[in-house]
Amino acid sequence: MMMELTPDEIAFRDEVRAFLRDSMPDALRQKVEKGQHLSREDFLDWHKILYAKGWIAPGWPKEHGGAGWTPMQRHIFDDELATAYAPPILPFGLAMVGPVIMNFGNDAQKAHYLPRILSGEDWWCQGYSEPGAGSDLASLKTKAVRDGDHYVVDGAKTWTTFAQHADMMFCLVRTSSEGKRQEGISFLLMDMKSEGITVKPIRTIDGGCEINEVFFDNVRVPAENLIGEEGKGWTYAKFLLGYERTGMATIGRSRRQLAEVRKIAASEPVGEGTLLDDPKFREKAAAIEIDLLALESLVLQVLAEQSAGGKPGPESSFLKIKGTEIQQGISELLLEAVGNYAHPFVPEALEHGWNEEPIGPDYAAPIAPHYFNFRKTSIYGGTNEIQKNIVAKMILGL
Amino acid sequence: MDIMLSDEQRLLKDSVDRFIADEYGFEQRKGWVAEAAGYAAENWATFAELGWLALPLPEEHGGLGGSLSDVAVVLEGFGTGLVVEPYLATVLLGGQLVAEAGTEAHKADILPKVAEGQMKLAFAHTERQSRYNLPDVKTEAKAGSGGFTLNGQKSIVFGAADADLLVVSARTSGGQREEGGISLFCVAPDAAGLTIRAYGTQDSQRAADLTLENVEVEASALMGQADGAYPVIARTVQRAMISLGAEAVGAMGALNELTFEYLKTRQQFGAPIGTFQSLQHRAAEMLMAHKLSRAMVFRMAKAADTGDEALAQAATATKVQIGKAGKFVGQQAIQLHGGIGMTDEYAAGHYFKRLTMIDALFGTADHHLTAFADTSDISS
Repeated sequence: MMMELTPDEIAFRDEVRAFLRDSMPDALRQKVEKGQHLSREDFLDWHKILYAKGWIAPGWPKEHGGAGWTPMQRHIFDDELATAYAPPILPFGLAMVGPVIMNFGNDAQKAHYLPRILSGEDWWCQGYSEPGAGSDLASLKTKAVRDGDHYVVDGAKTWTTFAQHADMMFCLVRTSSEGKRQEGISFLLMDMKSEGITVKPIRTIDGGCEINEVFFDNVRVPAENLIGEEGKGWTYAKFLLGYERTGMATIGRSRRQLAEVRKIAASEPVGEGTLLDDPKFREKAAAIEIDLLALESLVLQVLAEQSAGGKPGPESSFLKIKGTEIQQGISELLLEAVGNYAHPFVPEALEHGWNEEPIGPDYAAPIAPHYFNFRKTSIYGGTNEIQKNIVAKMILGL
Repeated sequence: MDIMLSDEQRLLKDSVDRFIADEYGFEQRKGWVAEAAGYAAENWATFAELGWLALPLPEEHGGLGGSLSDVAVVLEGFGTGLVVEPYLATVLLGGQLVAEAGTEAHKADILPKVAEGQMKLAFAHTERQSRYNLPDVKTEAKAGSGGFTLNGQKSIVFGAADADLLVVSARTSGGQREEGGISLFCVAPDAAGLTIRAYGTQDSQRAADLTLENVEVEASALMGQADGAYPVIARTVQRAMISLGAEAVGAMGALNELTFEYLKTRQQFGAPIGTFQSLQHRAAEMLMAHKLSRAMVFRMAKAADTGDEALAQAATATKVQIGKAGKFVGQQAIQLHGGIGMTDEYAAGHYFKRLTMIDALFGTADHHLTAFADTSDISS
């Protein structure tokens, strides 16, 4: 895909490439390339390498430790990291709660939490969905009752990604059941080591264990951990969702995976040639590539607006919908490409240190689990149906 | 009353449906999948007792001589229950090959045991390079003094590790992708030089990759005539494709039922989510996908019994329809369930995975769409 770069941007790209070549551990790259599950340490090791370089939070304002890059530089950075099979940078601290603390937190909260997000000292998880509150997030029931200098929290959250690794949770809690449902919600920061918090893993259909249920039983949270005002949590929550959804476009990763699709298709024999010679297959891959080009163009526009001082608005739903459609489309192409070797389920091959001879081609093991796992993308962060409701209501006024 | 079925088939359907409803619960199935063989021996015994293993096998060898439509009735029920017992490997593939290609001695020796549940079979045919091209066989069988020596590799052999006998395709003449020159051999699973690397599949079945290194078999291991097995293999796989279509129909029906129930009970925004129009339309489309597939599969099963050409076309058409419909129903069922659909402990994801893997078996919808386009006889 073409990307028109200025000489300065080319120099920047080469600088990123050189850094990746010199500083990214090969063991990490291999895990990502093989589609293996990453451990807490893997994520943190990479986080700390980027932190040391000053590149962990390019999108943050400079005074908080951001890189001060142009939108195109940020885009190049994401693209180069994905192409090099760098581990993903998790969004929960950097892209989600970070901007909320910056915009709505008090000075003490900023001084305490922001540096710890940057350094990786605190691993954050997101306490939004509940068993009874998914698409209808505002119906959440987890209750926080003020008791002197504390809130006492009771209830449960679910689908919490990496809660098992987390030091902190940003949590939507109900502080009032009076008036409009949205007005009784507050935004609370919780230490995951607090007494009364239980984390229970959920196995998903791909065999993985990334998500969890989190239960709160009389958890005492210092009142100073409240962000902004009591009852204003819904405003902060929506602000955060704008950032979350913008981050779901994942252009770089999709582009890398499209390259993988072609590589695999080129090594799958069909008759005298390969699958890549099949015009139907080529066109399906090309159609997704063009979708990605359109999405990339929109992302660049959104980044430009953001760096001109804008905040992610309801348009971030476009990025979430199209980004996840593309990701799922690619996962289908990969599944089609691998053919018969979609069948074997070899969960051991997705764990690090598995050195046995692969069953079938060495790229086969993660493909079907990835296809199954990525059905989540049109569900999480607000289902794609909810995104369309937002577009219809907030942008079109329907 | 099901207008497409005969009286006998209705009785058969009742007995399968009752077995699935009463004895094949999703929780029990989890336990069976975790067992060493990956299924329950007592279920296999029940299948034998109820005549399901004998169903398509010839009457002169302990079978019931049932039609493909009869098999479809059973398989629809199996799809409803996500049955993991090796019926495809033993009865639909192995049993059919022996019945059509085997010598009288093979049939007399093997088929009654299959029908009684005393013998399990597996068909080793697909290879690393063959993808969905049925005559692409590289494994070689060289005739020697008093027998054959087999060398080669076989992929995704369902039921191999648990089989009492393997039916292995190998080339006795001709080039790699020629239809002529393929033969079938009976090979014991413990034959010297045979390595079986077993694994579970995405959809809780069992399969294996095989390596054959100078595997010696006697001359009597050759099933029927040398070089001429391809038409039998093609017919057997095509029938299996239609049977899998019936299984997919059962899986779609059960998955739809789960999903529609969820739409009626899951409350968000103060109402069941099934009251939202965009989800209603989706549910209507899922129901249509199931109903169209079911009507077509049972009709194709009947049409397939009328001759080889009809069978080939019916099989490719069925595979396209169920591949497309199964993907739509599977993906939408997960979407409409939301997070709960992604969890391993809930049945929806397992139906989705089975439907996905049925599409990947014997060629995807897109693969067969090309095949169908090439043979379409609609007049221009």
